[in-house]
Amino acid sequence: MPDNNLPKQRVPISWLFKMAWRDSRKNRSRLLLFISSIVLGIAALVAVYSFKDNLQNDIDRQAKELTGADLIVESRKAATKETQRMLETMGNDRAAESTFASMVYFVKSGGSRLVQMKALEGNYPFYGSIETTPASAAKSFFTAQDALVDKTLMLQFNAETGDSISIGDLRFKIAGVLDKAPGQTGIAASVAPIIYIPLKYLSKTGLIKTGSRVNYKYYYKFNNAAELDATIKKLQSKLEKEGLDIDTVADRKAQTGRSFRDLNRFLALTGFIALLLGCVGVGSAIHVYIQEKLSAIATLRCMGLKAWDAFLIFLIQVSFIGLVAAIIGSTLGTLIQFLIPIVLKDFLPVEITMQISWGAIGQGILLGLVISVLFALPSLLAVRKISPLNAIRAIFEQNAPAKRDLLKLVVYLLMIGFVIAFSYLQMNNWMQAIAFTTAIFVAFLLLMLFSGVLMFLVKKLMPASLNYLWRQGFANLYRPNNQTLMLTVSIGLSTAFICTLYFVQGILISRVTLSSGSNQPNMVLFDIQTSQRAAVTDLAKSFSLPLMNQVPVITMRIEEINGKKAGADSTNKRAFRNEIRATYQDTLTAAEKLVEGKWTGRVTAPNDVIYISLDQNFARSIKAKVNDKVVFNVQGMLLPTVVGSLREVNWSRMQTNFRVVFPSGVLEQAPQFHVLMTRVPNSETSAKFQGTVVRKFANISVIDLGLVLRLLDELLSKISFVIQFMAGFSMITGWIVLISAILTSKNQRLKESILLRTMGASKKQILVINAIEYFFLGLFAASAGLILSMSASWGLAKFSFDASFMPPVLPTLMLFGSVVLLVVITGVLSSRSILNKPPLQILRNEAS
Amino acid sequence: MESILNVRNVSKIYQSAGRELTVLNDINFAIEKGSTVAITGPSGSGKTTLLGLCAGLDRSSTGSIELNGVLLDKRSEDERAAIRNQYVGFIFQNFQLLPTLTALENVMVPLELRGEKNIKAHAMELLDKVGLADRSHHYPIQLSGGEQQRVSLARAFSNKPSLLFADEPTGNLDAETSEKIIKLLFDLNKDAGTTLVIVTHDPDLAMRTGRVIKMKGGLIIADENPNYAR
Repeated sequence: MPDNNLPKQRVPISWLFKMAWRDSRKNRSRLLLFISSIVLGIAALVAVYSFKDNLQNDIDRQAKELTGADLIVESRKAATKETQRMLETMGNDRAAESTFASMVYFVKSGGSRLVQMKALEGNYPFYGSIETTPASAAKSFFTAQDALVDKTLMLQFNAETGDSISIGDLRFKIAGVLDKAPGQTGIAASVAPIIYIPLKYLSKTGLIKTGSRVNYKYYYKFNNAAELDATIKKLQSKLEKEGLDIDTVADRKAQTGRSFRDLNRFLALTGFIALLLGCVGVGSAIHVYIQEKLSAIATLRCMGLKAWDAFLIFLIQVSFIGLVAAIIGSTLGTLIQFLIPIVLKDFLPVEITMQISWGAIGQGILLGLVISVLFALPSLLAVRKISPLNAIRAIFEQNAPAKRDLLKLVVYLLMIGFVIAFSYLQMNNWMQAIAFTTAIFVAFLLLMLFSGVLMFLVKKLMPASLNYLWRQGFANLYRPNNQTLMLTVSIGLSTAFICTLYFVQGILISRVTLSSGSNQPNMVLFDIQTSQRAAVTDLAKSFSLPLMNQVPVITMRIEEINGKKAGADSTNKRAFRNEIRATYQDTLTAAEKLVEGKWTGRVTAPNDVIYISLDQNFARSIKAKVNDKVVFNVQGMLLPTVVGSLREVNWSRMQTNFRVVFPSGVLEQAPQFHVLMTRVPNSETSAKFQGTVVRKFANISVIDLGLVLRLLDELLSKISFVIQFMAGFSMITGWIVLISAILTSKNQRLKESILLRTMGASKKQILVINAIEYFFLGLFAASAGLILSMSASWGLAKFSFDASFMPPVLPTLMLFGSVVLLVVITGVLSSRSILNKPPLQILRNEAS
Repeated sequence: MESILNVRNVSKIYQSAGRELTVLNDINFAIEKGSTVAITGPSGSGKTTLLGLCAGLDRSSTGSIELNGVLLDKRSEDERAAIRNQYVGFIFQNFQLLPTLTALENVMVPLELRGEKNIKAHAMELLDKVGLADRSHHYPIQLSGGEQQRVSLARAFSNKPSLLFADEPTGNLDAETSEKIIKLLFDLNKDAGTTLVIVTHDPDLAMRTGRVIKMKGGLIIADENPNYAR
């Protein structure tokens, strides 16, 4: 008979959907559990995206309240008379503010602290308000010798409205508590608390002297936007020439947006890690699911189902469940977004109005659908390769070694491409995106490697004399499809995440703590005038405090580099933009090392070339080399110099370090202030000494390292809370993957349990076997995570923080133990249903 | 009479632990339309492998197989799937009902794969013939082993196959149920005029067919009419 008997067959798409639906009947809850691994990742991303959208809307809406004015002109030096005249004619309304660091003395409690002083005049803010308690204090403090004091300071010094504070030579009455300054974040308030005083009293405080570091701000309100633009256009170049910066609402909006874009990127990437973790779980669970479907697929193939049609049935199933998970995740994310402003409240400069972001929900649903399908594809593609022969027997024979499936390879490449593309969308930088993807990939590989090595070692070292329960429990780890490696990766990655966070926090704290070691300074006095130098030295001596470092500081700007001025060199704007604080010295300090050129410590004749020394990183940033000519503007006087040498500076040492160092014999007569470093033996002496300094030398500021440590701790705690919140998604995802994996391997566990119980094993014995298996699993995962985390922390400590790393033993052990315990409890509880059923019932169910 | 299955010089060689293992060696036979044939032999004799090749579930290493006029050897897996759907029915030792489908849906699947419509009545009729019309909405797990094999019979006949392959159809059943299933199988086969090929260990079952092909070590050692031989 001829071959034209070959039948044509085309399965209707509708039947594939129907079959996908029918096939899912007994597996829906299970499939949903697999896919639930991605729910939290999607939720985290939707929450972050929604928050980003709402934040952007609020920044746009409240932009004027961020600045409080239409235009801000800023300068680090007092305006010249001509500039002053110009500044006084601009805008429809104007205000002025001088900001500087100063000590404040609380009279009632006797406490003192360095604060950010703002001397204000005018109706600022023109938009929004200075929030105070009582509210009327924001306006009334101008009318008397009153001050508004930040609420954190009020709490710290137990002060009340009506109390007195000393600022310089004057006493002010606290008119009210400052709850929030325009555009100020909670974290800024705790790091640099603000005190407002009326500007008219500033000069009488005696705090502003030559060389004092004051930031002058002029706030303007314009009734007409066109007038504002015209003013900016007209004055921009002139103001910049005078060293004044211009800040508009649009600038601030962009700047705030930029800062939060970075934060959002970080949050989104953290959420993405949780999502990836979930995806690995999904991929692994679908693999086992398909293995269990082998016989049914083979039967369908016997009846004439084509390979791709079989694949499509399961693709439809996974897509549908992925869609459901993405919708659940997006809904959850929309709810979680309400938590993010609470988590980030200390970092937000604007009030957040939470609204549903359909864009974020859409992105979440699409992402969930794409990623669940993508990560399930390698297992789904295997459906094409299931032979109908499986229906009549298990294939023990192999025709030929299995060919590599090219499509699978394409899918793996797509996965990598997807992770890179997603990272790029967050980071907007291909290198960073590739680096992030590589880091994730390496972390996954390392975790698998650690886990593999640990399993190998335990297998090799496990004594054969161990009792049966231990041997069986351990052997269960090698059961086919038990997902030990995948679980190690997911639990290990979560553990590594949390541990690294904890270790880095510890490294940063100990770095500062170490810098306050017994022979290191722990108190810095700055803004010491030349005339006060001797008296301050005497005061320190009277307290028996050592003078550990005493250096002059001169403020200057770069005028020219190799003959090019600021305007002439557009590629090197950074060099001319900022003020430089330089010093002069005749020898290198212990924190400095010469790396290039020749050190010149002293200029002896007036006409000698002045060879300066630059910090090598600073030299790189301003594009200067040895022998380049640099002209400095030292408060009006131009000073030509030549770069004589480059230094490597150890900035982590607790001492004053400088980017630019002059030789002695040049700057001695320039306007300058001095810095003195000392070591106070205890907090009592510290408080007494600070109090005396503030009373005797009101202009001198004191930084107490104890306070810095407390602030750093507070700051890190707040930051780590945000990170922990996001890491929580990964941790819970890891936990869901664990439950999912245990339930996935339930069939195998059932068979083993039946066999053991038929042979007379008690429930308790099976429970012990399970507990041992999960104990080892938890042990491998936690060890792998801890090893990865320790390696990462060591690397960060050595290469980023230039510090040594020694993990704290007790907390590390507690963290390690908690992970192991969680895995054991989850594992044993999830397997409980197997133990509680009589073997016969299970046997019947299994047989049918 | 016209042959529905022609097996010519068929061998099957597997790779096992790096060595070649010949499971079938130069097999030749033809099966006439409408006949009943039993393939018997001890475990490992190659009978299930032969069934797999004849039904187009696998490819032979050498030789050719022609099913209903179509040469299977050069056909892709999807083409062979279409051939199976059109011409072949299966009965398995372990029933192989799809656990997530009801009895009725299981019977409907081969027809649905053809894209046929309004098939419910036909499927119900078949279930009625095997005595399970009242259990049509039950899932396999809710049926006994015998009942499951009856559903399997209904499914095998649902697409009116030219050739029905039964792989140890009573292998998982007790003697009494086996007898009922065999009777049902032969009755349905007679009604439908289908060619029946049974792979079995059971000599009594083999004796009920018109021809017995005996295998051993991958070779046909006898090909006889059991009634004539007896």
